[in-house]
Order: sequence, then structure tokens, then C-alpha cells
Amino acid sequence: MEGGGAGAGRATPSLRTLLSLKGVEKRYAGGTLALRGVDLDIGQGDFLSLLGPSGCGKSTLLRIIAGLTAQSAGRIDWPLAAHDATGAPEPRLGFVFQEPTLMPWATALTNAALPLRLEGVARSEREARAAEALSRVGLAGFERAYPRALSGGMRMRVSIARALVTRPDILLMDEPFAALDEITRFRLNNDLLEIWQETGFTVVFVTHSVFESVYLSRRIAVMAARPGRIETEIAVAAAYPRGEGFRTSPEYAAICRTVSLALGEAMAA
Amino acid sequence: MTLAPDEAPRPVAVRRVLLLPAETWPRILMPLLIGAMSLGAWEWAVRAYEVPHYILPAPSLIWATLLRDWPSLSVSLWITLQITFAALAVAAALGLLLAVLFAQSKWIELSLFPYAVVLQVTPIVAIAPLIIIWVDDIRLALLICAWIVAFFPILSNTTLGLNSVDHNLVDLFRLYRASRFQALLFLRLPAAMPYFLAGLRISGGLALIGAIVAEFVAGTGGRASGLAYRILEAGYQLQIPRMFAALFLICITGIAIFLVLGLVQHLALRRWHESAMRREG
Repeated sequence: MEGGGAGAGRATPSLRTLLSLKGVEKRYAGGTLALRGVDLDIGQGDFLSLLGPSGCGKSTLLRIIAGLTAQSAGRIDWPLAAHDATGAPEPRLGFVFQEPTLMPWATALTNAALPLRLEGVARSEREARAAEALSRVGLAGFERAYPRALSGGMRMRVSIARALVTRPDILLMDEPFAALDEITRFRLNNDLLEIWQETGFTVVFVTHSVFESVYLSRRIAVMAARPGRIETEIAVAAAYPRGEGFRTSPEYAAICRTVSLALGEAMAA
Repeated sequence: MTLAPDEAPRPVAVRRVLLLPAETWPRILMPLLIGAMSLGAWEWAVRAYEVPHYILPAPSLIWATLLRDWPSLSVSLWITLQITFAALAVAAALGLLLAVLFAQSKWIELSLFPYAVVLQVTPIVAIAPLIIIWVDDIRLALLICAWIVAFFPILSNTTLGLNSVDHNLVDLFRLYRASRFQALLFLRLPAAMPYFLAGLRISGGLALIGAIVAEFVAGTGGRASGLAYRILEAGYQLQIPRMFAALFLICITGIAIFLVLGLVQHLALRRWHESAMRREG
């Protein structure tokens, strides 16, 4: 850790680079600049939050990383990923939307197995792997339940199981817990950290909550709007595992304060 | 990772009376009660005012006629049913197929949809004579007429359903590099299912109407012997009770088609779709 007090400071990724963005821009057809010159390296196994007010382009940035939206300028490299015949990178992605985005006509098991089904994995294998993913998110015994019969938190768990079922290199999460009540959100925060530590995949987590970003991340990219850009990066040096004790610690409060100030500066800039 | 016990929703117990949920019974009994009362009033009025049976027959007489003429009426009913269901099946298959085609390409939809509307707005009574002249086989001609009437709701509903897919799910399929065929099979078709079934339910009644109307137009030729032909025949012979008996059969058939398709809709969607869910609390 370098600079900054109370466990927060400039980012120094010491991990192997999984993903590297250089000068990434997004300009919409109308001429609006949604993202300006984003340079960002994301290390393998990192937990990075994109923190910013609405309209700062954090979701757009996540969609560009996922390949769902094309950037207008700049490049994205995946040095560690496999590449297809044309040389295009094929990173293994998991994506979690703000809504659970489940197929209402399919059971939790079928929903979680969807990515494997699209890959052509045989039925018995994909069901076994989907059941394993469901039990990892705490939903063992709910394989045959339809989304309609599940609570909001449980639906989000199915959505996370679906993202994890392919054992992705990187999990992209777009404000996944924003619509949940606080108690459920805290639980899912802890459970997500637990899985992340066990598995070692990379997470890019979009949020507008300072508290959530500090609790979860190793690194926070603070973004500002008009035009959307990354204003500063802050490393959160607090050790994992972080539990409820961390949430009430003075260290947590101090980092939250640092990040809040940085966010305030970014928005004023 | 474990689930907290308060995170799972509690299932709601449904109170059942004689196999059906308790609140279903009024929905069955009340319409039956109204029907019985109306028939009673009708019977009473015909007897009290001594209305001649060639003006308005009493329900009891219609029922007696229905039983007496059942051998000939049932044959006609069967013919009308065959045409109705064949037309409905063809409408469902072609409507679904064309809607899938529309979903594949905006250009196909733009070019062909107006002609589907033309089919829909053309009065079937006006073109039935032409179709009956052009098509030699009278059964086939009737089927085409019924199909024209039944086709559009299925096509337009299914087209709407195929296009009403959660955008995030479309993105998810893109993320996992799903083929067009996979997206159609696993995403668009299931999402369109409630719309298709709603269209089918409308078309069921329309197919019957289409078949009857076409029979009316063709019937005087004496070659067809569906229920409409029986009504025309009874009208010429002033056998008004028989006319009513045939009419009664048509109504019952229409109601039965509606209920059966409603049941199909409920069974297919009960696990997941809002329309088939009971509200809690």
C-alpha cells in the first residue's frame, strides 16, 4: 500500500493483467460523449468496483467490456484469454444484470444451466454443474422451483449461479443488489466475497454505493459524469475475509470517508 | 454459502372444496344459476302467453327436438367440428410459422404484414361465394373460409410475443454467443407462448364462426350438411324448434372450444405466467 491514510491509496495492481483498456471512448449517434478516454488495467483475481453517480457511463463501460456495446474508439486487450481463429479474444464472461433476468418459464436449474446449454454441453453434465452452482449460492433444494416462487434475493442468487456455471475468468456485475433490501444485500455481499475468495475469478462490480464498493473491493475506480470518465483510483487495503466486523470497524468508516470525499471531488471537477 | 431461513417465501395453502379451489365454485355456479333462471323465465313466458312454437319454441320443446333429431344433427355437428378444428390447426401452424418468419427479418414482416391485414378485414361473407366457386371440394372451400377468419389473431399475437422478449435476456444470449436458432428455440418461442395461446383462444371461436358462415353461403347448394345447413333447411320447412336446436348446438360448441382452449392455456402457463397465477392475500 502506498500513500493515503486508513488503508486507502493509489492503486498498484500487482496481479497479472487479465484485461487492459486503452483510450476507450463511447460516443452515441447523437454526438453525446458517454465515455472519454478510459485507461484501465484489471488484474487476474482482482475485485474492482466502478463507482459513480448515474449517467457517469459505468454501466456503458461494463457493457463495452462484455462486448455487448461497441466502443467508438480505443482498444481492449485480453492478454490471458484464448483467441478464436480470427484472432478475436474469447474471454469466459459471466454477467449479472441489475434485474435477475431469469427465464420465467424455466426452473432454477434450467436457468442456471442456460450458458452450458448454449455451449452444447450434454444434459446430464450441465444439470450436474448447474446443481453444483446453485448449491454454491445457497439454493440446494430449490432446483425445481420456478422464478415466480422465489424471493427477490433468491432470484438474484440464481442469476449469480448462472453467471458462475461456466467457471468464468471474469464476473461482470451491473448494480446487482441495488433493488434488494439492505439485509438481503448485506448477506449477498458476504456470500459473493466468500465465493470470490474460494474460486479466484475476477470481478468488475458497478455500483453507486460508496459503502458497498468499500466493503467488497480491492480497488475502486471513481467515475464522474458529463462526459463519463474515470477520475481517480483508490486501493482498499483491508484484508480479506471481511465480515460483519469489518462493516462496523473504524477502518471501514475511514475508507468510506476517503472514497466519499474522492467521489465528491470527482463530481465537482 | 447458505440461505437464511427467512429468505425463502412461504408457500400459500389453497383451500379446496370437491377438488377445486374454494373460490372457483362461485365462478362456475353463478353463471349456471343465471342461465337456469333465464331458461325458466323463457319457458314460463311461452306457456303463459301461449306463443306459437313457430314463433318462439319453449326450451323444453327445443330440448325434445334436439333429442328426437339427434341422429341427423349429430352428423352435422361432427362435420362442422371437423371443419372448425382443421381450420384452427392450419391457422395455428401457419400463423406460428409466418410469425417466426417475420421475427427473422424486419423486411419480410414489412412486406407481408399488410396482406395479412387485408385477409383480416375482408368480410368472409363477401368472398365465401368466390372461394366456393373456385375450389371444387366443398369441404376444402369451407376450411379455407374458416381459416381466413381464424388466421389473423394467431399471426398478430405471436408476432407481438416473439418481439416482446426481455432485452437483458437477449443480451445474455448474445454474451454466450447463442445462434439465431438457439435464441428462437430457447428464448423467443417460450416468451411468445402466452401470446400464441391467447391468439389461439380468440381464433377458436372465430374458426367456428367462419365455418358456419361459409356453410350458410354454400349450404343452399345442398352439397354441405353442417349445422348451418340444418338451420337453413329447418328455416325453409318452418321447423323452428329444430332451427333452435341446431343453434343451441352451435352455442354449446363455441363455449366448449373456448373452455377447452382456456384449459390448455392454463395448463401450459400455470407454473410461470402472471395470467395463470392466483393473487396472494
